[in-house]
Amino acid sequence: MKAKHQRLVLALLALGAILGASALAMSALKDQAAFFYAPADVKGKPLPLDRHVRLGGMVEKGSIQRQPDGVSIRFVVTDGQAKVPVAFRGVTPDLFKEGSGVVAEGRFQPDGSFIADNILAKHDERYMPPQAAGNMHETKSLEQ
Amino acid sequence: MPALHALANPARFLRIARPLTPILFWLGVVLVAFGCWAGLMLTPPDALQKESVRILYIHVPSAWLGMGGWSGLAIACLSYLIWRHPLASVAARAIAPAGATFAALCLLTGSIWGRPTWGTWWEWDGRLTSMLLLFFVYIAWIALDRADADRSGDGRVPALFGVAGSALLPIVHYSVIWWNTLHQGESVVTGKIAPSMLWPLFFTLGGFTLFFAGVVLMRMRAILANQKVEARLRRMAAA
Repeated sequence: MKAKHQRLVLALLALGAILGASALAMSALKDQAAFFYAPADVKGKPLPLDRHVRLGGMVEKGSIQRQPDGVSIRFVVTDGQAKVPVAFRGVTPDLFKEGSGVVAEGRFQPDGSFIADNILAKHDERYMPPQAAGNMHETKSLEQ
Repeated sequence: MPALHALANPARFLRIARPLTPILFWLGVVLVAFGCWAGLMLTPPDALQKESVRILYIHVPSAWLGMGGWSGLAIACLSYLIWRHPLASVAARAIAPAGATFAALCLLTGSIWGRPTWGTWWEWDGRLTSMLLLFFVYIAWIALDRADADRSGDGRVPALFGVAGSALLPIVHYSVIWWNTLHQGESVVTGKIAPSMLWPLFFTLGGFTLFFAGVVLMRMRAILANQKVEARLRRMAAA
């Protein structure tokens, strides 16, 4: 075998090993690298009470309640399998709506609820003009 | 690979690259200009995000070229390691700053887009963090390559780093699939964008890609010209 063929085989093997190793390592990181907990992730498990965490999912339809003080809200985050009630005081982003995605930053309470100190809106991967949207964005919450 | 080998001859490469550079560059500029105009004027706003969705026409091509640039750099590094063609290391050196610029543009436009839609400039989620890492890896490669050239190294160390750095590419791409992230999943390849909003993206994607190729050819020619000057100066100094 000529030297350059040897190098070709070695280099391709090395590249394959690097890509494979990174893919394996990272997909194994699944839980540790998660940006947020979904309600089902904490259902029936000990709550991470001691840490500041994020909770993500869909804002349940009809669950947003504005409190009399005008700046506090309560709503329910769901992923279809479990639900977590959330309380938040502050300004929510424009995309924060019932039936669409949300990531709440804050702490779980011993009773299983969640007190958020920041709200991020998470939108899905679909983009469409207003007239076509209508009920499309809403079906997502039913699927999940 | 006979075609690539023929191109590895710098004189032959220059004969082809010289007329090709302005064609790629200007065709790219025209396509980007049209795509941006169409994206601002002809497409409807998004149902949820309203007008801010239009930054998509810059953000997606930037992400594509930030990652595509590293793919090109890694292929150049790999072929330098295997065939030791000097033109391959010239190509890697030409791609690096262009790819880094588009990776930065991707982070910047993403941040500007994230503020009105998500409600944050920056979050340490899987996609954002891995893309930031890719940007840092570009900078590290440029620094390593310069250090290697200063010590008149043979370019093997930066070439190895270029190949190893491609480990980040699947992480950036699959981050939104493997992990739950704030960044949404794939839109373009899965066809989740309404056709009436999608079509200008192909103009900006194609346009930025041609522009990128034009810039890379331009830089390769400049690097080759520089090498020629340095070789001549060395000969004159020796004489």
